[in-house]
Amino acid sequence: MADPMRIRAQASGDKATVRVLMSHEMESGQRKDAAGNTVPAWFIQEVTASHNGKQVLAAEWGPAVSKNPFLQFAVKGAKAGDKIAVTWKDNKGATRTDEATVS
Amino acid sequence: MNKHSRMALTIGLALAAGSVWAQKSASEGIDEYRAMLQDGNPAELFEAKGEDLWKQKRGPKNASLEKCDLGKGPGVVKGAFVELPRFFADTNRMQDLESRLVTCMETLQGFNGAEIAKTPFGRGEMANVTALATWIAAESKGMRFNLPYAHSQEKTFYEVGKRLFFQRGGPHDFSCASCHGEEGKRIRLQDLPLLTKNPGDGIGFAAWPAYRVSNGQMWGMQLRLNDCYRQQRFPYPGFGSDATIALATYLGVNAKGAKSVAPSIKR
Repeated sequence: MADPMRIRAQASGDKATVRVLMSHEMESGQRKDAAGNTVPAWFIQEVTASHNGKQVLAAEWGPAVSKNPFLQFAVKGAKAGDKIAVTWKDNKGATRTDEATVS
Repeated sequence: MNKHSRMALTIGLALAAGSVWAQKSASEGIDEYRAMLQDGNPAELFEAKGEDLWKQKRGPKNASLEKCDLGKGPGVVKGAFVELPRFFADTNRMQDLESRLVTCMETLQGFNGAEIAKTPFGRGEMANVTALATWIAAESKGMRFNLPYAHSQEKTFYEVGKRLFFQRGGPHDFSCASCHGEEGKRIRLQDLPLLTKNPGDGIGFAAWPAYRVSNGQMWGMQLRLNDCYRQQRFPYPGFGSDATIALATYLGVNAKGAKSVAPSIKR
């Protein structure tokens, strides 16, 4: 199973800043291995984030995103104690969801 | 816009652009880039993995590493990183963090230490050693280096490390000191620390393990030294070999008082 994400969410004023680190190879499909064979593409395709169960962000990602990607966004109206959940799904169908509490 | 004011504007812009260049040197640009990356240092992912590995029951003996003695007593992690490499009486040799972890994985968990040492960096159990080292280093973040320097072996290794540091060889007739023996040297845009004395907080020995953004890899001190030798066109030193530990002892003792920032992030 994929390694967990690191999610930090901090409230300030009327919004919360969420920082997410995802653990993923993000193989572009453009590289070749030592034997000259193409390394198959393997990357995150969909990212969604929800605030107390309500979706607040949906993104389509491609192979140009870096390995172990970092994502930062702000959620309006989120306050301390709220739950922020982030989910990613890659092109092999693997998925991972992690949740953090806004502090 | 009349001709004069346009001219003035052009000069103004030229001056502004000129001062921007004058203000920011290449290394400052890199520092700025690093500061931006600092917020999302993927080393945190390896820290989390390392902490899990420390507590998890694994290996043929199905045991955790929680009784591993990193020099400050069984199970003591905080502060261990800034006092390594050191002499260990139980193995009767000098060990750095990574070779000590392999010893613990062998004695506590029943892994084959020689097999792990032969595994390429970033693969199998070797990747786990790096993750463990990342977490253990992070537990001592902000603490100052203070390697023990009392045992005769510790003194011998320091002296051997110093010799190795200045030993020239290979097709380029290089030594570590060729790049790290003078102030103000660099490779491409990377400033190279002067390692014959304390290079300061969070520089040199106090900055590794580090996450390398350019290749997305987590590097421990063993791989750092290994790659320095590769760049000098020397044969690769063995993992956990006396040569690498002697060098690490030399760098570590020199860094006495420097604050550890590991795990850091590199270009």
